[in-house]
Amino acid sequence: MSATGLHAVLGQAAERHPDAVAIEESSLDERGQVRSITYRELDRLSDRVRDRLRALGVRDGDRVGLYTRKSIDGVAWIFGALKAGTAYVPVDPTAPPPRNAYVMDNCTVAAALVERRFEERFRAEMQALGRVPPLLVIDEAGGGEGLRAALDREDRSAAAPASTSAQSAPGDLAYILYTSGSTGKPKGVMLSHENALSFVDWCSETFSVMPSDRCSSHAPFHFDLSILDLYLTLRRGATLVLVADDLGKDPQRLAQFIADRRLSVWYSAPSILGLLAQYGGLERLDLSALRLVLFAGEVFPVKHLRLLQGLVPRPRYFNLYGPTETNVCTFYEIPGRVPDDRTEPYPIGGVCSHLQARVVDPDGHSLPPGKEGELCIAGPGVMQGYWSLPEQTERAFLTDREGGRWYRTGDVVTEAPDGTYVFLGRRDRMVKRRGYRVELGEIESALYRHPLVREAAVIALADTESGVRVKAFLSCREGARPTLIQLKGFCAENLPAYMVPDLFAFVDALPKTSTDKVDYQRLKELT
Amino acid sequence: MNHISDAIKEYILSEFLPGEDPANLTATTPLITGAILDSLATIKLVAFLEERFKITIQAHEADADHMDTIAEITKLVTSKM
Repeated sequence: MSATGLHAVLGQAAERHPDAVAIEESSLDERGQVRSITYRELDRLSDRVRDRLRALGVRDGDRVGLYTRKSIDGVAWIFGALKAGTAYVPVDPTAPPPRNAYVMDNCTVAAALVERRFEERFRAEMQALGRVPPLLVIDEAGGGEGLRAALDREDRSAAAPASTSAQSAPGDLAYILYTSGSTGKPKGVMLSHENALSFVDWCSETFSVMPSDRCSSHAPFHFDLSILDLYLTLRRGATLVLVADDLGKDPQRLAQFIADRRLSVWYSAPSILGLLAQYGGLERLDLSALRLVLFAGEVFPVKHLRLLQGLVPRPRYFNLYGPTETNVCTFYEIPGRVPDDRTEPYPIGGVCSHLQARVVDPDGHSLPPGKEGELCIAGPGVMQGYWSLPEQTERAFLTDREGGRWYRTGDVVTEAPDGTYVFLGRRDRMVKRRGYRVELGEIESALYRHPLVREAAVIALADTESGVRVKAFLSCREGARPTLIQLKGFCAENLPAYMVPDLFAFVDALPKTSTDKVDYQRLKELT
Repeated sequence: MNHISDAIKEYILSEFLPGEDPANLTATTPLITGAILDSLATIKLVAFLEERFKITIQAHEADADHMDTIAEITKLVTSKM
């Protein structure tokens, strides 16, 4: 009997395209060759991981950690973990070790793959928390070589008996992705095989990825964008090109890389696309292979999208929307070119076919189209809950009369007459100012229209005198900072008076989180 | 009259435009319609003018028609002294 679950994606592709390249890395080996692995080899390597995990005592239903840089080794570990019937828990290797230890301890991982460079600190942090799980340590992540060597080493001391891959049930957990929690502690979003597969099936129907495609993996594995990258690409027998962390942040090198490696499908947060458009030198590059550009994670400022489309006109552009708890739940194809006079961000679009959406008032009652309310999502893509946080899980859902579970996204939207949703802002980024409801994102999009403004982020600060003060952080084109009077005058023309920021601050660049979103927490700390 | 406009300019710069180059604030820079003075700031400015120049400004005068530039404010203050 063949395996069932998310890992079956790899087994099936390996049967159909055994010798096709499954994964390619951005970094080169010591001979200057591109590091890659075929479907057959990846399937075999992940089988070895499965067997080793079981030999380490890992059981079906356990969690298994991943603490390496993005690599073939990491992907093989992920599939090995799934084949062993466990949920994988990837952490951000650039995050502070205490945070990563907290995550692994929180969900009691039964084993973890760790790169040598992170091992010592990680062991010490886990020790301090009371328990160090069995670790498989690899010298360097890259090309799968480190993982192979570590497995060989283990095999020499005691061979791992060959086993068969798990028959995972739809509700079994496939992975846990930790996102920042409102309490300051990360919380683990639990996603099942059915959650993942329903999403991957939808992706597969919507984006016609073919075996000849070369798809980007820009997001790190702890970020939910990686789910589309990994499983859509492998399911379609295409090649996934892993973009190393440092390369992914450098627009000039990254643009050259996209051209050199002939990437045809790109998926990332909008911020790096904005940087590519401004600083990538795209006009000098041949990006003719690129046919699909997907972005998600935050609002794409229209002026950067227009610039990008002007430089790279050929691909279809899609705005994908959804929190980690549902992955993508609505999507919108940018129709044609962005008009010169458009300043409004694009809609988040219609609900994906595997999900249902409704807009509710603060009491949870459904609202008709045209009314502002919170977007709620139901269907097989919606998470199981937060790891060991039953109360937060319960608060995250609305239960309807038929017992249906609706995930409350916390995002305020309206439904347009054509059934597409328009994103108005985060419920928690709306403030009352002089009696008016102010969406901080709307101030940001107005500031983005200023020709000298490169990036804008706005926060609200509690103020004893006026209740709330609005502070704008701006990064500008070099040596071309507008004066305060000019900025205020610009705001007066583009915003109602109650939305004009009280304070302006200039920064070289906005601080970003590890997932490339504006780090509002850091901005608050700057004040 | 110069000392009146200088005092107004100095007050606006220190209270509402900290860090701005004084040369950028001229007698004709739009204050209320230019979002330099919001409603709260306008109230503060009026209180300052009344206190400093011992005058009374009527509520209907504290608006963009009468107080949108330093030149207009200076004229308003002078007319009451």
